Amino acid sequence: MTVYPVAPQVPGGLNFGQPVIDTDIHCAVPSPRALFPYLTDQWREYITTSAFKGPNDTPYPGGAATSALAGTKPEDGPPGSSLKLIQEQVLDAWNVEIGILNPSYSVDSISAPDTAAAMAAAVNDWLINDWLAKDSRLRATMVIPTRVPEMAAAEIDRVGDHPGIVQVMLPAVAQSPYGQRRWWPVFEAIERHNLVASLQFGGASGFPMTPAGWPSHYVEEYVDMAALFQSHLLSIISEGVLDKFPALRLSMIESGWSWLPGFFWRFDKVWKGLRRETPWVRELPSEYIKDRMRFSLQPLDLPDDPVIVQQIFEQLDSDSLLMFSTDYPHWHFDTPEGALPVGLTDAQRSRILYDNAASFYGFGRYAR
Amino acid sequence: MVLMAERSDTEGRPTQYAVIDCDIHPNLATPDALDKYLDPRWVQYRKTIGGRGFSGSYYPRAFPNAARHDSWPPNGMPPSSDLNFMRYQLLDAWNMDFGVLQPLLGSGGQRNLEWAAAHAAAVNDWQIETWLDPEPRLRSGLVVPYEDGDLTVKEIERCHAHKSFVQLMLAIRTSEPLGRRKYWKMYEAAEAYGLPIGIHFGGQGGYPISGTGWPSMYLEDHAGMSTAFQAQVISYITEGVFEQFPKLKIVLIEGGFAWVPVLGWRLDAAWKKLKFEVPHLKRKPSEYLAEHFWLTTQPMEEPPIANQFLEMLDMAPWLQDKLMFATDYPHWDFDAPDEALPKTKLPAGFAEAVMAENARALYKLPVTAGGK
Repeated sequence: MTVYPVAPQVPGGLNFGQPVIDTDIHCAVPSPRALFPYLTDQWREYITTSAFKGPNDTPYPGGAATSALAGTKPEDGPPGSSLKLIQEQVLDAWNVEIGILNPSYSVDSISAPDTAAAMAAAVNDWLINDWLAKDSRLRATMVIPTRVPEMAAAEIDRVGDHPGIVQVMLPAVAQSPYGQRRWWPVFEAIERHNLVASLQFGGASGFPMTPAGWPSHYVEEYVDMAALFQSHLLSIISEGVLDKFPALRLSMIESGWSWLPGFFWRFDKVWKGLRRETPWVRELPSEYIKDRMRFSLQPLDLPDDPVIVQQIFEQLDSDSLLMFSTDYPHWHFDTPEGALPVGLTDAQRSRILYDNAASFYGFGRYAR
Repeated sequence: MVLMAERSDTEGRPTQYAVIDCDIHPNLATPDALDKYLDPRWVQYRKTIGGRGFSGSYYPRAFPNAARHDSWPPNGMPPSSDLNFMRYQLLDAWNMDFGVLQPLLGSGGQRNLEWAAAHAAAVNDWQIETWLDPEPRLRSGLVVPYEDGDLTVKEIERCHAHKSFVQLMLAIRTSEPLGRRKYWKMYEAAEAYGLPIGIHFGGQGGYPISGTGWPSMYLEDHAGMSTAFQAQVISYITEGVFEQFPKLKIVLIEGGFAWVPVLGWRLDAAWKKLKFEVPHLKRKPSEYLAEHFWLTTQPMEEPPIANQFLEMLDMAPWLQDKLMFATDYPHWDFDAPDEALPKTKLPAGFAEAVMAENARALYKLPVTAGGK
């Protein structure tokens, strides 16, 4: 008896009649051994003989319907671990000109700093050699040992200039809000290498992910995650990160975005009342967000109502914020058409599919 | 440059609508004001140990007592500690039908649970003698030591007969998500006595005020508190509290409400795919949201284009029956009754419902009272 929806098959893809940039494709490390070519003898020996087999924390439980569409699992690894399947099911299926890989590998859960740094470096080298080198359509988000920001900055300096590395992964569940000064060496390095700081769904900080402690269910964690992005945006703007690093840009991946209008209203209003606390913040918080941040499209968290979709676009007061994403292999939509909100204008559709991401990352005809 | 408000609200202007204020904060006149209600053991405890909550709120607060500059009574007492001045500046000034008190004295966040219970009982006795019995327009939240079910039930049993207590009073930052079973004894008693669960901005539960650690600024605390409200709504619904207690009503106080329609969509979308994990839910999450939650207005959501307020309301039409006006007196971010509603053409009956009638219905208050 099936009493709950199991994830449906990959819904195929769609040719939109124009090139597409997919800003959220999750690739997975198939096994610790896949990283062995990029680890020193010391760490190979340690992984082989100790209980440590790499991080096993995950924001995406393997059996949860949201975690993987049927048909995304290759024979010999987890969903997202096969280049061939990603080529077939994402890049070819959706006519993707450029796709950004977001490795779902919780390096941030590793408490030992040297281990975290070694594993992060191995994942980044694996991305470069096993993915970026094999398909010119791919770009990647690099991972960092988040718990020691100076080591994170060193890793950004090591691989950040690789042309396929476009941004740095900052998991949403972090040990402190990303505006705080402990993170500034990371932002300095990101800005130095002309990368994007990318806040993404997930994170294994070891601390509860709600202001009232640990929730009981995965479905709660999943819904709660949007609020963590809200906390980071409050922090990043209030602490003056965007003034301190004037070239810094940020992407919010799998954050949801239909909550932005209400968030703008509240943040802007409270800032007006309390702005003497943060004199370096020189314009409305919502203006910083619209200027410097972009959001991946999925999950939509919207009803299939074209009137509401257009109202929210007007409330956002920007056509530039959203970047197309399939969020492969996760389940958000059942038909290819469900990848986009209903009732978009041609101009909105085209910007979401291509221009917003291309201009933000400097891809294609927006190359800098 | 010091930025000052352009007008004083000391001289209120009655509105064309009846007004019920759902968020007024009474204060102690002196630090020892509760001593006469405490057992000598606890008086000694207060003097030697004092309150021991959870630490961590170190950011610099912007205003003394979080109070309006003009809320310090001429007699030198602290803001909102003098009933006569509260009458003059709030209840009479705005010709209010009723005001609902929310004492923010920290009882529920005490780590010593017996002290939490003794403190809560003293606060309730003080409320009765200082505010509720002398002023028929006032109602209040019954303060409870909500981190312990047995002690909370004991306080409800002790006080529920006093009809000026119209709900329980909790703070939004608790030690566990409020849907968890730890709190179910409280809900059982509250449902049995018909008392809604009022939950106010703030509190201490032992965790950072964000789900990703401690922020630095009061601005983040103030604008970010809605993330705590969201987490509690998510917990209440997904834990099945409303299947267990179908008559339970939750009042969210000072948490904003523009996030509500979107949270309903997000909950429904996630539930549709993950309902296997929560088989105790018999309906879509947004239906529980619409049926069981009330929300106070202050600080009123202010979109840059007033009409967008109406768009937001249309995204969750049930809000029109559940929003309840509040000033947050005497705090600095006071919403004045004649200025709070958006400056746009509102749906018929909306102003009347929000300014008084939704609260009158929820709290079963009579049609007229001292102020009218």
